[in-house]
Amino acid sequence: MKWLRAVGQRYLDDSAAGGWLIAAAGIGLLVAAPILSLIAIAARGSGDLWPHLVAYVFPNTLRQTVLLLTGVGVMVTAIGTGLAWLLTAYDFPGRRVFEWALLLPLAIPTYIMAFAYLDILHPIGPIQTGLRSLLGIANPRDLWFPEVRSLGGCVLLFGFVLYPYVFLSTRAMFLMQAASLMEVSRTLGAGRARVFFTVALPLARPAIAVGTSLALMEALNDIGAAEFLGVQTLSVSIYVTWINRSNLAGAAQIAIMLLAIVVSLIAVERWARRHQRYVGASQRARRAAPQKLEGWRAGVAIGLATVPILFGFVLPAGYLLIEAVKRVRFAGLSLDIVREIVNTVVVAGVATAVAVLLGLVVTYAARLARGPIGQAIVPMASLGYAVPGTVLAIGLLTPLAAFDNALAAVIEQLFGVSIGLVMTGTGLALIYAYAVRFLAISAGGIESGFGKIAPSLDQAARTLGSSPTDTLLRVHLPLIRPALGAAALLVFVDCMKELPATLLLRPLNFETLATHLYGEAARGTYEDGAIAALCIVLFGLVPVMLLARLSRRPSMALDHRSQRASTEVMAEMLSVPDPELMPETEPRRDVAADRARA
Amino acid sequence: MSQRTDMKPAALAIEAVHKVFSGMAVLKGITLSVEAGEIVCLLGQSGCGKTTLLRIAAGLERPSQGTVSLAGWEVAGPERFLPPEARGVGLMFQDYALFPHLKIIDNVMFGLHELPPSRARAIATLALEKVGLLGHADDYPHMLSGGEQQRVALARALAPGPRIVLMDEPFSNLDQRMRASIREETVSLLRERQMTAVVVTHDPVEAMGIADRIVLMRAGRIVEIGTPETLYNLPQTHYAAQFFCDLNEMPGVAREGHVECRLGRFAAPGIANGEAIVCVRPQSIGLRRAASNQGCDAEVGSVRSSRFLGETRYLMVDVEGLEQPLEVSLPAGAAQFEPGDNVAIEIDRARVLVFAVEP
Repeated sequence: MKWLRAVGQRYLDDSAAGGWLIAAAGIGLLVAAPILSLIAIAARGSGDLWPHLVAYVFPNTLRQTVLLLTGVGVMVTAIGTGLAWLLTAYDFPGRRVFEWALLLPLAIPTYIMAFAYLDILHPIGPIQTGLRSLLGIANPRDLWFPEVRSLGGCVLLFGFVLYPYVFLSTRAMFLMQAASLMEVSRTLGAGRARVFFTVALPLARPAIAVGTSLALMEALNDIGAAEFLGVQTLSVSIYVTWINRSNLAGAAQIAIMLLAIVVSLIAVERWARRHQRYVGASQRARRAAPQKLEGWRAGVAIGLATVPILFGFVLPAGYLLIEAVKRVRFAGLSLDIVREIVNTVVVAGVATAVAVLLGLVVTYAARLARGPIGQAIVPMASLGYAVPGTVLAIGLLTPLAAFDNALAAVIEQLFGVSIGLVMTGTGLALIYAYAVRFLAISAGGIESGFGKIAPSLDQAARTLGSSPTDTLLRVHLPLIRPALGAAALLVFVDCMKELPATLLLRPLNFETLATHLYGEAARGTYEDGAIAALCIVLFGLVPVMLLARLSRRPSMALDHRSQRASTEVMAEMLSVPDPELMPETEPRRDVAADRARA
Repeated sequence: MSQRTDMKPAALAIEAVHKVFSGMAVLKGITLSVEAGEIVCLLGQSGCGKTTLLRIAAGLERPSQGTVSLAGWEVAGPERFLPPEARGVGLMFQDYALFPHLKIIDNVMFGLHELPPSRARAIATLALEKVGLLGHADDYPHMLSGGEQQRVALARALAPGPRIVLMDEPFSNLDQRMRASIREETVSLLRERQMTAVVVTHDPVEAMGIADRIVLMRAGRIVEIGTPETLYNLPQTHYAAQFFCDLNEMPGVAREGHVECRLGRFAAPGIANGEAIVCVRPQSIGLRRAASNQGCDAEVGSVRSSRFLGETRYLMVDVEGLEQPLEVSLPAGAAQFEPGDNVAIEIDRARVLVFAVEP
């Protein structure tokens, strides 16, 4: 402990803050534990199964994963960037509505998308039935209809719910680009199209990279949709190898491969953003006046903007609503669903409280700390967001089970009572997993709140006699309350929607809304599933509404001060508090510049 | 103990302090002591380390080497470091750093947390009254003007009764017109309470208006310490002379206590033989109309330009043999010269400054 304090003092301006750094280091360890244990499990080797994996599982899985990522990548980039430009450069009736409506698909998790479309596009579902009666075909076999249970179907469905990541980041970037830049291009003789391809698009490349890589991370993380649609992705393989083949080491090896893809994704994204500094974000740019579209041109614009909303939100959500109403009319609200709502809200609520608290500790330690350690704290703690849920679950299970067994043995020996499995037998393992996975969101949001508080406020408080902890309670907490609230909301909704880790880590017979839905889809029964899905979508709408309110502000756009992982940037974007809710603060001062000045 | 009674310790003593920021030496051995009741200005260009020195005194930075003592007690050194909250110093920031979520009265009460609320409120009320802002007690900081915010910051820093108050460019955010009056008010308040104060500024005029002693800094070192008069009238270094006033500079040669230059021979006591720089302030030069540009006992020149500046008139005078025209500042009521006029130059010999050329 003594040397830790010594390290703490080396990097802090005083010893009183050392405790915060130690706590942050502990949190870093909690985040790193599952990844380290995953490597340990994988290193143990799967023995005789390895040849099988290499020969039959890897090639197919890898091929499917890469194809899925490519397809989704192309689709979200095209839709997201195209719409962002459409809404920035042109004005047409309904543009203001589209600005927020285009974000609606964010409320629909991929597995719910697949769940809904499997039914909508089923041979005896509404679309095909309607088509047949239109064409006068009696036998379902006689109508050719593209199979949604395919890689192509999966790409389409993912594309329609994941494009908002690109839309959001790219549009923010377009809004930030100074009007003068566009105008100068036009006076130099470039038409709108040329301005788009030669000025706006190259300048927005970093934002496109951020959005696309976030969308692809979502795609990699997905387990439900790919499985329902029969696509053998790495995430699905991990699940199958572990659950069906009971081969943990093999699953861990696939997990490491998945992790490698994530890491290379982040690397590519950072490479794509390497020049982002040349985009001047600080200047308050005048926005270019959009060109007014009229007549058939306006019609085309409206049509283009409607399609993604229709397929990404209106159809699936409308379907869920109708089915849920039908179900409630028919069977009432079952006790199971009520219990699952309670389960979901309780687990997500506790996990949110934990994640926000940990995020607060981590970001405050980073604010107090100096030097490279201080700067590394928040990115380190945010690693969990990049780790797909299945990978995280595998990494967590072994250490948690070992911990449970050891604790149970000790307690039994000392007190002669059996306490069972404390972590894996209860929801605690889930809470741990959620907290690790979504710490990036809470830390990012809280950090942006802290960023708005001039460092001189801290120093004033300190010279007026309040300790670091006192200062947090008396100065920072009142000022960052909106940021805390926004962070909590986002974490809560993400916990509610989480499927892969929940599936693998939940206690026996413990169902959340997401696992219920998965169970029904896997069994092919359609009972309360629509109600569960609708609940998740409704909760998911809350942060979308928050985002919609914020997305018009160019000031909340990408943060260009430092090269940071896209996840943090996004988390920050998603959790910027409403400036109108913030009390008037001194203008933001860059801490680094402040120190340099000193 | 007996030793301490007859020798009152300095309110602030800084001993051989170094500070290195990620490999860059910002302070290179600063030793300075501030007596109780004294107002000292740290003066220098931005980047000279004056703010860092202030922050080290406050405990916001830790010195890389050296010690800091307050009233004889070591608060920072190799073995110990007292955090800012335990030092009992008041600090005023350039941006005032008022807490935006607290009312003015609560801002002033912030440092009185340990006291019972009624007592804290009484002290804060008195402090606000002192700066004439009692009427704004229930306002929030953003509702106040810059000058009012500055006074709240002062009241807040003084309310807990600090041993010493440190101020970082306290007047730089005020507009020019208000600056002088608020500076005057602040200084008289500090004097009235016999406060010890260290004020950071980059403005020599401001420093001279406030300080008992000025500490002139450059690139992490102290150049010179002295009263405003000594630093202005008898600077020991060329840098100090330049910092306080615009100068006409010309090369000269020093020999046996005198210096020889284009404008004549001047006393230069204590200057080593060899190359020297002769500095003449624009206001130490008088002009007389001359018949032609040669032939009298004084040096002569011809007026290149003349600008009217209200209180003074600023002239550039070309002198043969000088690379730069001579800058001359005359009282506005003095005789007027037009460009092209020939003038005889009269130099106030007592005010000529001579410095040896630094090797």
